[in-house]
Amino acid sequence: MSALIAGVAGLVFGMGLLLSGMADPAKVLGFLDLAGPWDPSLALVMGGAMAVAAPAFAWARRRGRTLRDTPLHVPEQRQLDGRLIAGSLTFGAGWGIAGFCPGPALVGMAAGNAGALLFVAAMVVGMVAFSLVERVKTLR
Amino acid sequence: MTIDWQHFTPWSSLAGGAVIGLAAVLYVLLDGRIAGISGILGGLIGPAKLGAPAVRSERRGRLAFVAGLLLAVPLWRAVAALPTLTVSASAPSLVVAGLLVGVGTRYAQGCTSGHGVCGLSRGSPRSLAATLSFMAAGFVTVYLLRHAMGVDA
Repeated sequence: MSALIAGVAGLVFGMGLLLSGMADPAKVLGFLDLAGPWDPSLALVMGGAMAVAAPAFAWARRRGRTLRDTPLHVPEQRQLDGRLIAGSLTFGAGWGIAGFCPGPALVGMAAGNAGALLFVAAMVVGMVAFSLVERVKTLR
Repeated sequence: MTIDWQHFTPWSSLAGGAVIGLAAVLYVLLDGRIAGISGILGGLIGPAKLGAPAVRSERRGRLAFVAGLLLAVPLWRAVAALPTLTVSASAPSLVVAGLLVGVGTRYAQGCTSGHGVCGLSRGSPRSLAATLSFMAAGFVTVYLLRHAMGVDA
């Protein structure tokens, strides 16, 4: 049941990405380019998503369980740290170079775009490198 | 600042955003999880403790989410033309960008979906800091590449 829900959520997410226009890196870069002719579309994507999601997250928190009465797996960490900020800055730099973040890159890859495929391959290498470094750290 | 009215798509972007929000709602209300793409993908890459049933079931969920995301493309194509994707970055730039996004999102424990959409929606201070950071880095990077250095990556 869990996998079915995840599959449907992924499908709906992908549809939303395509409809929003954010699968196109040129459109994302149009938002990130404040000094050029600026395309504010991405801000409306975020706004539309938050308008729908915020009430549901508040409800989920109040309930403390899912509608199927299973536990929530929602991060409770609240403190800021260097990893969070440095990681986000690193991610943002890569996002600004290509105009791809993880979701749209996967969608672009599924659409058969060679650039998206190359980006995803490098992104997976980056994620593997992260988990190797983390594993070595826990072994020491 | 000038608005690019030619490319600005307020209604489809707002509607697409609402659909993305709906996906996040389905995932948290029915499965109790955050629809964060980098975390879902990273969780598939990390070391698999194959023995534990809970871990295996979590992996199945992540695989299903990614499969659904990829399936959106053929499903969309069955009904309508896919939007055009314009990738202006060169191959070496795409590799550098992919590495930065892969490493960065794992250290930050989230990307545009996990921190941006879900984190901001649930009022997480960490996600607010993350979103401000990656937005700022994105703005600065595009400014440096396009306007200070005059390259289209």
